[in-house]
Amino acid sequence: MMHPIFAVALKEFQDGLRNRWLISITLIFAILSLGLSYYGSIASGQIGTISISSTIASLSSLAVFLIPLIALLLSYDSFVGEQESGTLLLLLTYPLSHKQLLLGKFLGQGAIITLATCLGFGSAAILLFITSDVQNIFSSFGLFILTATLLGLCFTAIAYVISLSVNEKSKAAGIALMIWFFFVLVFDLALLGILVGIEDGLSQNLLVQIMMFNPADLFRLINLSALDTSDVNGVLAVAINSSLSPMTLTLIMAGWILIPLSIASIIFKKKTL
Amino acid sequence: MKDIIVSLKELGKNYNGLDVLQNINLDLKAGEVLGLFGHNGAGKTTMMKLILGVIEASSGSVNVFDVAPQSKQAWHSRKKIGYLPENVSFYDHLTGLEVLTYFARLKTSPKPQVKQLLEQVGLTHAINRPVKTYSKGMRQRLGLAQAFLGEPKLLLLDEPTVGLDPIATKEFYLSVDNLKSKGASVILCSHVLPGVEQHIDRAMILAGGKMQALGTLNDLRNQADLPVNIAAHGLNGAVLDDPKLNLHLIKNTSENSQLQVPEQNKISVLKHLLAYDNITDIHLDAPTLEQLYQHYLNKHDQQKNVTKQGTQL
Repeated sequence: MMHPIFAVALKEFQDGLRNRWLISITLIFAILSLGLSYYGSIASGQIGTISISSTIASLSSLAVFLIPLIALLLSYDSFVGEQESGTLLLLLTYPLSHKQLLLGKFLGQGAIITLATCLGFGSAAILLFITSDVQNIFSSFGLFILTATLLGLCFTAIAYVISLSVNEKSKAAGIALMIWFFFVLVFDLALLGILVGIEDGLSQNLLVQIMMFNPADLFRLINLSALDTSDVNGVLAVAINSSLSPMTLTLIMAGWILIPLSIASIIFKKKTL
Repeated sequence: MKDIIVSLKELGKNYNGLDVLQNINLDLKAGEVLGLFGHNGAGKTTMMKLILGVIEASSGSVNVFDVAPQSKQAWHSRKKIGYLPENVSFYDHLTGLEVLTYFARLKTSPKPQVKQLLEQVGLTHAINRPVKTYSKGMRQRLGLAQAFLGEPKLLLLDEPTVGLDPIATKEFYLSVDNLKSKGASVILCSHVLPGVEQHIDRAMILAGGKMQALGTLNDLRNQADLPVNIAAHGLNGAVLDDPKLNLHLIKNTSENSQLQVPEQNKISVLKHLLAYDNITDIHLDAPTLEQLYQHYLNKHDQQKNVTKQGTQL
């Protein structure tokens, strides 16, 4: 007998395999990280020797666009899609609670994102380790993979909130796109505008506090603060020397998973089908 | 009482100030099959959702297996309930076997049952094909197999025979009769369909969210007091001259005389007809379910018009 949460998770995971989500995300991540580490070294004029620091820096700034987009794409129709096909109503007449269905889906789709991140970036790390003599590859990549996974899970949870709030798939897609645009672009531009526009400037503390409201910024903050600051520019350069440890920031990212999931759960309970 | 499976008391449901269901009373016994009839929007699906515990009642009470379907205690009874929603399209990219396996896992029903049910609904040849290649009838069969999972003691079937060919429809009714004989209660929700009469114990007719009638077909016939159709053969023109018969005459040819007789006059008219020596054959048709349904709907429409006129004045 299978626990209902695992039954749902298994189905979602198999869907991810069947739709080639797992393989394509893994490939994108692997090619991206390998390409960046080699071309990155060429760009800095030192062929052959790879700067982990600059690799992680450029990987972070690309991943911060890609991962939220991928997670939103993977999950935006999770509930509204099943609502449109009528299976959501049917599932709710089964011995399966709202929470179990939500958690099961999160577990299954989360596993796809986690596995793709680990395999994609991990394979690049292993290749780099074999072909170069850089020492701290695994610790740097380890933190990067952990936070990349968390970032993916954050946006999966946010996608569920969207998917449960609307009654049409197309609307969910539109909102998901706007959410993505807001978090990865508008938020930072607005912050930069404030930094430039306000005479006294924002205090570093306040800036970091505002960044807590954006999981994408948290992701960058954690990864870049672990590197040489010379590879970092923009708003982040100001915020980087904050007093918060990567550990604290990672925990706040975890909060960015739990809070949207709880909100999704509440919306789901109140939803009329 | 112990063998009452579904009990609805003064049940009502209100969506944004609109009454979609009002004052429904019903006791469904174990092994009873109820036909639930009404037009689109009459409240059939809402009533099913209330019984399933998917939505909450605005007034009155619902009890299924002696517990409120939205309560925690209702958890285990959900395994005993089978539901076929209207227009469910399932997971297009999964095969029939995968879809049913998923639902079987969620219902914790035994694994061998999956293949057995697929065979029972006649999908054995297509179990490894994606559902998107299924015809409407095949999807409907898959939905039925899904509803039959476990050992359902209560089945709620919304338009179960839509898209089924006559043979599959017959097989479907056989399955229902079979489950009924094992003590399962069934609510068949549909537009009035030919052939449904023999399989239901009672009928409920809904219109505008209100219960128009509830009872066995005989009860409904008595209540409705619709005339009986009598066709007599071989009388030639004799009926025309008979003052007792020509009153009821609706059609007369040399071979066939058709009469529409109120229920209370049925026997006296029949006796009178049989007194004719040259009568060769006689047919008696009680009002069909369709006629009953039409009768109650017309009654509902008339009431609505009366109240409308009342408010206009």
